[in-house]
Amino acid sequence: MTAPTITAAPTAVHHTLTLRALTEGLGSALGHEHRARLARDLAAVAEQGPDALDSRFPAAGRVYGRGRLPGWAGWSVEDGVRTRFLGQLKLSGTELAQEVTERYRNGDAAERRGVLCALPFLPLGPHAVHLTDDALRTNDSRLVAAALGPYARVHLDQYRWRQAVLKCLFTGIPLAKVAGLHERRDAELARMAFDFANERRAAGRTVPADLWLVATHDS
Amino acid sequence: MRIFDPHIHMTSRTTDDYRAMYDAGVRALVEPAFWLGQPRTHPASFADYFDALLGWEPYRAAQFGIQHHCTIGLNPKEANDPRCTPVLDLLPRYLAKDSVVAVGEIGYDTMTDAEEHAFAAQLALAVEFGLPALVHTPHRDKAGGTARSLAVVEESGIDPGFVVLDHLNEVTVTEVIGTGCWMGFSIYPDTKMTPQRMVGILKKYGTEHMLVNSAADWGHSDPLLTRITAEAMLDAGFDEDDVDRVMWRNPLMFYGQSGRLDLDGYNDVQAAGLYAGNSIARGGS
Repeated sequence: MTAPTITAAPTAVHHTLTLRALTEGLGSALGHEHRARLARDLAAVAEQGPDALDSRFPAAGRVYGRGRLPGWAGWSVEDGVRTRFLGQLKLSGTELAQEVTERYRNGDAAERRGVLCALPFLPLGPHAVHLTDDALRTNDSRLVAAALGPYARVHLDQYRWRQAVLKCLFTGIPLAKVAGLHERRDAELARMAFDFANERRAAGRTVPADLWLVATHDS
Repeated sequence: MRIFDPHIHMTSRTTDDYRAMYDAGVRALVEPAFWLGQPRTHPASFADYFDALLGWEPYRAAQFGIQHHCTIGLNPKEANDPRCTPVLDLLPRYLAKDSVVAVGEIGYDTMTDAEEHAFAAQLALAVEFGLPALVHTPHRDKAGGTARSLAVVEESGIDPGFVVLDHLNEVTVTEVIGTGCWMGFSIYPDTKMTPQRMVGILKKYGTEHMLVNSAADWGHSDPLLTRITAEAMLDAGFDEDDVDRVMWRNPLMFYGQSGRLDLDGYNDVQAAGLYAGNSIARGGS
């Protein structure tokens, strides 16, 4: 007799309390009219599913604004709105990953950023790691930074994660934007960072100050 | 002096151009979708091109302090290739995007039935999405092509104030003036219009509904001819307010009708402190 296989349902990286904090942050950033409109839009997405996103997802910036989202470093209001939209879909795992992938592929840079920001809030398990891979291949620092959030912290393998951190150093993205830097840094990343610093010094160029967050002998 | 170039193909230009344009006063531009010199043979090539106009190119522009918007459309030249016409089905998805401020470039190249079909279908999309339309007038038989373009515009029912007829000259401007459409002029080193001739047109017809662009692309062209034309205006006795109207406020009014122009909005590239520290400004590290 074989033991029954228990397949856990795909989970989100963030706890629901984090989603509540996002909802509250968004509420404080939006005026009365926009809050009411968001409630209507969220209800429509929950009721009609992905089709309701076709017009709403691309327009999030011009409808709700692109200003900073209070309490969410590096986030804009449109990132928060898009995250809430995707959170209304009644899908999970590979099905949700498929839908999120379509939004990413058909999206402009802001929509792609919104999808990347939303990943840790969605019950995707590891099924969306191809999206962080895609973003990390770009040279657009908005996408690279968004791809290195909590979702990558949990789901990106160590080899690719080190390469991504090095890319941040290379392209001037502050390492403070990388989620889980202190828990995931290791001796190999320190070696890569030291080598990078050596190359920069040999060329008479400056070395990013935050390189020392990963180029430590104790890691 | 602040300049808004309402028609320039930055995909074909270098970062040196962006830097020189900023130094010359260019702070905003619109990049219309057009052909790339080499004909495309698959709709997917257009999708990648449109994605670049919505992603990589505005990102490049922002690093040099320039706001980038675009127009999306199937250009008349490639509208003749049946392998490309399925692009028309992709357009609604793109016309919903934030930084798309018009449908274009549409219009005629050789004035074929296929061009006319794509032209009319895209004017209908402009009406549906509440967007202005950028109409390219043909280089050959320009007078006949301009008249026929105006007829198609009228038939579509689009508000003429939402339409610009572009690449006009001394002859074709007479057909457009008084129609309510906007008039676009491309200043080129040798062909189309020169700064001096442009000043002559502005003196004769005034500055209302006039758009001046460099239309710089992959051919012999110059992204600084907007600035040189502005100086020629001042030399000819126009005042600074006239120059500001033609070079800044007119394009702002025309594309602003889309409701999507965002010139003082949040710029997360700069806000992230990456303006001088990114991969492009540093020459790719």
